[in-house]
Amino acid sequence: MEPKIKIEHVSKIFGPRPKSVIPMIKEGVSKDEILAKTNHTVGVYDASLEVNEGETFVIMGLSGSGKSTLIRCFNLLNNPTYGAINVDGENIIEYNAKKLKTYRQEKISMVFQHFGLFSHRTVLGNVEYGLEIKNYSKEKRQRIAMENIENVGLKGYENKYPDELSGGMQQRVGLARSLANDPDILLMDEPFSALDPLIRREMQLELLDIQDRLKKTIIFITHDVNEAFKIGDRVAVMKDGKVVQVGTPEEILEAPANDYISNFIKDIDRSKILQAQNIMIQPNALVSLKDGLKVAIREMEENGVSSAFVVDRQRRLQGIVTIDDVVEGIKEKQSLEDVLIKDVTTIDKQEYVQDIIPKALEAKFPLAVINENNKLEGLILRVHVLSSLVSEQETEDNTVSES
Amino acid sequence: MNNNFPEIRWEFIGDYVEAFINWLDTTFAGLFEFIRVISFRTINGIEGFLSFLPWWVLLIIIFLLGWRFKSVFSGALYAFFIFLVGTFGLWDVLLTTIAIVLTSVFISLLIGIPLGVLMAFSKKFSFMMRPILDAMQTMPSFVYLIPAIFFFGLGNVSAVFATLIYSLPPVIRLTELAIRNVDKEVIESAESFGSSKLQMLKKVQLPQALPTIMAGVNQTTMMALAMVVIASMVGAKGLGEQVLISINRIDISLGFEAGISIVFLAIIIDRVTGGIADRFQKHRGTD
Ligand SMILES: Nc1ncnc2c1ncn2[C@@H]1O[C@H](COP(=O)(O)OP(=O)(O)OP(=O)(O)O)[C@@H](O)[C@H]1O
Ligand SMILES: [Mg+2]
Repeated sequence: MEPKIKIEHVSKIFGPRPKSVIPMIKEGVSKDEILAKTNHTVGVYDASLEVNEGETFVIMGLSGSGKSTLIRCFNLLNNPTYGAINVDGENIIEYNAKKLKTYRQEKISMVFQHFGLFSHRTVLGNVEYGLEIKNYSKEKRQRIAMENIENVGLKGYENKYPDELSGGMQQRVGLARSLANDPDILLMDEPFSALDPLIRREMQLELLDIQDRLKKTIIFITHDVNEAFKIGDRVAVMKDGKVVQVGTPEEILEAPANDYISNFIKDIDRSKILQAQNIMIQPNALVSLKDGLKVAIREMEENGVSSAFVVDRQRRLQGIVTIDDVVEGIKEKQSLEDVLIKDVTTIDKQEYVQDIIPKALEAKFPLAVINENNKLEGLILRVHVLSSLVSEQETEDNTVSES
Repeated sequence: MNNNFPEIRWEFIGDYVEAFINWLDTTFAGLFEFIRVISFRTINGIEGFLSFLPWWVLLIIIFLLGWRFKSVFSGALYAFFIFLVGTFGLWDVLLTTIAIVLTSVFISLLIGIPLGVLMAFSKKFSFMMRPILDAMQTMPSFVYLIPAIFFFGLGNVSAVFATLIYSLPPVIRLTELAIRNVDKEVIESAESFGSSKLQMLKKVQLPQALPTIMAGVNQTTMMALAMVVIASMVGAKGLGEQVLISINRIDISLGFEAGISIVFLAIIIDRVTGGIADRFQKHRGTD
């Protein structure tokens, strides 16, 4: 599928003669060196990426890494010094004033870090602004605005002024205002950074909820890794104006492209990112329900384990057998059914590690990872859970210090 | 002179200025006529309307204004002040002064706000205007009386013109400042919705700048009032004229009555316009 947005070699340079710096960028001269030599600041350094339709694409990076400069290129609040920004196959940089106006009115809208609300307008007046600009009739724009106000849970506040609302509510107004235009693309520049942690978490969930319903293409900026990995389908990491890695949260977590990124994700709470399917292993010893006890013993011996999951012909989980029970059962001439332990802890493959931890601590047997049809997908041992909480970087550090 | 400072006769500069003023007078005759007509009509209109009202209605209006924008007590006090002025026998001249002040303020805003907006939008224009505004503000206000008489002859219109030059700079300055100071993120959010320049100005920049501009109205009005006595030297009627007469006659009682009347008017105008400006401050935003 053609990506919704595709940017190619985008650079944004601040200074008196931005274009003159482009050759240096092409040669790969560093941001610091360019600043020292030419006194120009490189906001975005040769960035290329693709954002798919309906995806929540997060850009993260430390302060000053160029996130805002980049996101503001998508609606041309910043005009890139070089490069192409293709949206639905059209390079928006080539738009004339009229086309740009239409593009901003119809296709894209933005939520700001400090909300950017119109303090002289009520909540309703704020939310209907985008429609007013498009000369919608008063009745029509107020109806749409009210729908959006309700959507973000602000019904009853429509006649209040922004300074009468809490920060969280103000940002809901910001969100409603940008959704009122029904844009394809939603730009969010650190929309929750100004909110306190509790409200922030609430807003994150709300955004996920809204995204579930509306399926917008969202570009979301944050410098909080936990936030990035929580809401991002894919995440881009920026440093010194460059995009240094793009991938799903799991990909970045498992294989950070460089020290900068590993540093970045060092203090992330991995248990909230990783799911069962990321840490499970393939079940090595599997016994079918119709197999005999002898087969079960052989399976376990060959794999060097002391228990085996039992599945039916559709690979649906039936239970588990331990080597002790099986040996005992052979003596007593019992069948597999007789020694089968049905009370197995099962885990959905999308369950997060933080929810698995308590179960892993209690369980006597390996945890069975199943999908929604009860089919066995993998298994998790206690050691997997614990090791998943330690990042690659730390493991390496430990090995070094131990040897 | 007994120092040896070399003396140069600069009269020709004065000649140039005079020639320049003459040129202005003929070239912009239409403009001056326009200003004259507008000022004249406005002053007469306001004055006519005020004197058409029975005196007690005006007192009630003053009371209501004070009440709405300050407090009941203030309203009563202001009405009492005006009542006192009436008992001095200065009712009619008071109305004339109010008319001149209101007209000056009205025209100041009419000219000043658009100029301020232009300055906010164009760095070049702003750069050009700044020294002119500086000069307008620092020049002793008596000096303005000369071209005023020249262009408009003796009378109220000249007074308005001289007042205008004096009270215009703060309106222009505050408007420019207010528009430049509108929160950057607010401007960007309006831009991100695809607002045109005009929509941006009408729906965002001006409303956002209004509280500051309103603070300017308060200043302008006070300055216009301060010009009242000076302007009476070019034949403006009103309280200022009474002060002037009292000086000529060394009439202490008239001087005091007219003077205190101006003070009363100043207090009322300052408090009421200040109260109005505060109203506009209410939803300025959180930061
Ligand atoms: N208008 C501007 N003029 C000059 N330099 C700018 C301008 N805007 C941004 N920069 C520079 O560009 C670089 C990137 O800034 P940017 O605001 O994009 O960073 P950011 O990642 O959004 O940081 P933060 O997390 O603090 O918001 C910085 O070095 C900054 O100083
Ligand atoms: Mg930023």
